[in-house]
Amino acid sequence: MATAVDNIVSDKLFEWLLRRGDSALILGHRVSEWCGHSPVLEEDIALANVALDLIGQARLWLTYAGEIEGKGRGENELAFLRDAWDFHNFLLVEQPNGDFGKTLMRQFLYDAYQVLLLEALENSSDQRVAEIAAKAGKEAAYHLDRSADLVIRLGDGTSESHRRMQTALETLWIYTGELFSGDEVDEVVSDAGIAPMPETLQSSWRQIVDEVLTRATLEVPDTTFSHTGGVTGRHSEHLGHLLAEMQFLQRAYPGATW
Amino acid sequence: MKKEWPLWEVFIRGQHGLNHRHVGSLHAPDAEMAIKNARDVYTRRKEGISIWVIPSAQITASDPGAKDALFEPSVDKIYRHPSFYDIPDEVGKM
Amino acid sequence: MYAQMVKTDANKVRDLSEMTEEERAFQARIDRGEKIEPTDWMPEGYRKTLIRQIGQHAHSEIVGQLPEGNWITRAPTLERKAILLAKVQDEAGHGLYLYCAAETLGVSRDELIELLHAGKMKYSSIFNYPTLTWADIGAVGWLVDGAAIMNQVPLQRTSFGPYSRAMIRICKEESFHQRQGYDIMMKMANGTAEQRRMAQDALDRLWYPSLMMFGPSDKDSVHSAQSMAWKIKINTNDELRQKFVDQTVSQAEYLGLTIPDENLSWNDEKGGYDFSEPDWSEFFEVLSGNGPCNRERMEARVKAWEEGSWVRDALMAHANKKEAAKTAAE
Ligand SMILES: [Fe+2]
Ligand SMILES: [Fe+2]
Repeated sequence: MATAVDNIVSDKLFEWLLRRGDSALILGHRVSEWCGHSPVLEEDIALANVALDLIGQARLWLTYAGEIEGKGRGENELAFLRDAWDFHNFLLVEQPNGDFGKTLMRQFLYDAYQVLLLEALENSSDQRVAEIAAKAGKEAAYHLDRSADLVIRLGDGTSESHRRMQTALETLWIYTGELFSGDEVDEVVSDAGIAPMPETLQSSWRQIVDEVLTRATLEVPDTTFSHTGGVTGRHSEHLGHLLAEMQFLQRAYPGATW
Repeated sequence: MKKEWPLWEVFIRGQHGLNHRHVGSLHAPDAEMAIKNARDVYTRRKEGISIWVIPSAQITASDPGAKDALFEPSVDKIYRHPSFYDIPDEVGKM
Repeated sequence: MYAQMVKTDANKVRDLSEMTEEERAFQARIDRGEKIEPTDWMPEGYRKTLIRQIGQHAHSEIVGQLPEGNWITRAPTLERKAILLAKVQDEAGHGLYLYCAAETLGVSRDELIELLHAGKMKYSSIFNYPTLTWADIGAVGWLVDGAAIMNQVPLQRTSFGPYSRAMIRICKEESFHQRQGYDIMMKMANGTAEQRRMAQDALDRLWYPSLMMFGPSDKDSVHSAQSMAWKIKINTNDELRQKFVDQTVSQAEYLGLTIPDENLSWNDEKGGYDFSEPDWSEFFEVLSGNGPCNRERMEARVKAWEEGSWVRDALMAHANKKEAAKTAAE
């Protein structure tokens, strides 16, 4: 029989799972926008692989979130029938693609975080979470390998590429603080041994980032400021447009099966 | 400085320990990126577990004009093949 | 087809007595079913025609990403999104394999891409049509990939080794494309009234452009005759079109959709369907740049290429730097 404590945990776990699933979904969606438009064929194919991994991860997290919620919502109801304020992704991942450099910088900053989180989640007290993390962790490790390499190459490429990468870093840096600012959702989930507090990942993340950015000859912006709010449902203007596009068919033809 | 990315030949070894096989080519600025690109381009359907890449310019091919001289002489050496020998059934599998 | 109306430089197909000794030996190899490899001797016309044909085929795969890519961000379920993305990604791969095959003939990929952007090379007419509803994604897989497969399967036996090997790889990947398209069509045709309307509308709009993919009748074309003698073309356009219609009619019936052709009827005598020809004047308009989406397609490709140049240059520059540092250290 579910106790009141269990209910609180599953409530918070539901939201925590949405943060995972929504971040993967929104980033996967963003990366998929490149398909057919990349600088070179090999990158077009590689980016599609990243997007496919992320969409696959989103499906696993959202399916589990729906089960925890227990109201009969599956991955598609959650992906296509919630409005922006019920989305719990990081602000970082909803930022528009910009140029190829910005897309890769966003990917790198997220991948470095993702690798650390998923590694920790493999020891989660929740078996499903541990299983998803084990699968997603392998994908994230490859993503980080690629994005870090490309950030280094583009940072230390030509003067134009260097300038673009530095701009990308400055544009995106102020969204990275959100990755590490825990709230009561994280506290409850962490107390249950399901996940670490986000703050505990920050120094390892910073180490990876510093090492890569140094090799990329890029400078970390001198600011501790960060935008927050994405994980609690307060988003930038960009998300609404993304959802309007992504959810169009499900909204326009309710109840149809595809 | 030439701007176009050089061409690489890609060789992949499948799950079952067979030799690396030539599967195709791709463009990449250097060997490390060629490996990564090969992973993304040529192993999307679990085709392999090991990748080699070689700059296409480094391949030396046998002379097509010398095909007869190179390969004809092996045609009549049928004694190199096990089926050349008749071993009685009673001897068992050999 | 993905390569339509490829010119051969021939004004007639010469018979063996009119050929040089080298040409005769070359034709004999092809007639014996041998594969021609890049380092083998080949007539200049064979080489040039293949560059045109493989190049056009490659361009079609790449431009072909655009009409379907148009719906990746609007796919109706997460599974459909993944399937469509994987499918369009495959097309990028097909372009990549084919450019590599063309490169063995002494032309570079960047050169081919720049010829396309300069309007000096073509791509298949079909990709100049828009994808207006989700059902178009189903219809493209079903009809367009279906038509492409019809052409690509025999091309696996083409005489040029690298082209043949690329086709073998492509055909292997292609088999899921048509099936996922038909799968979408089944859902739409059995869905709500609106979905059925989308499905019929997609068939109405894409039927004739699909028939045009095979190109106008080439039974009297010198170029086709030459290409067939070289085994870089295996069937005539009419043969393939007939096969396509014969295969597709029952598939449309199963969906409960109507092929938009009043003249469509079974002809016992020829053992195939009689059907209406597409409007070939429309086809030539599309080829000359006046299809519904020609401008958008080229603009999208040129934009991707130009905006990507700093990335290609920077990655090359970094590799050169690393190489220089390595050499200096030795
Ligand atoms: Fe294709
Ligand atoms: Fe296809």
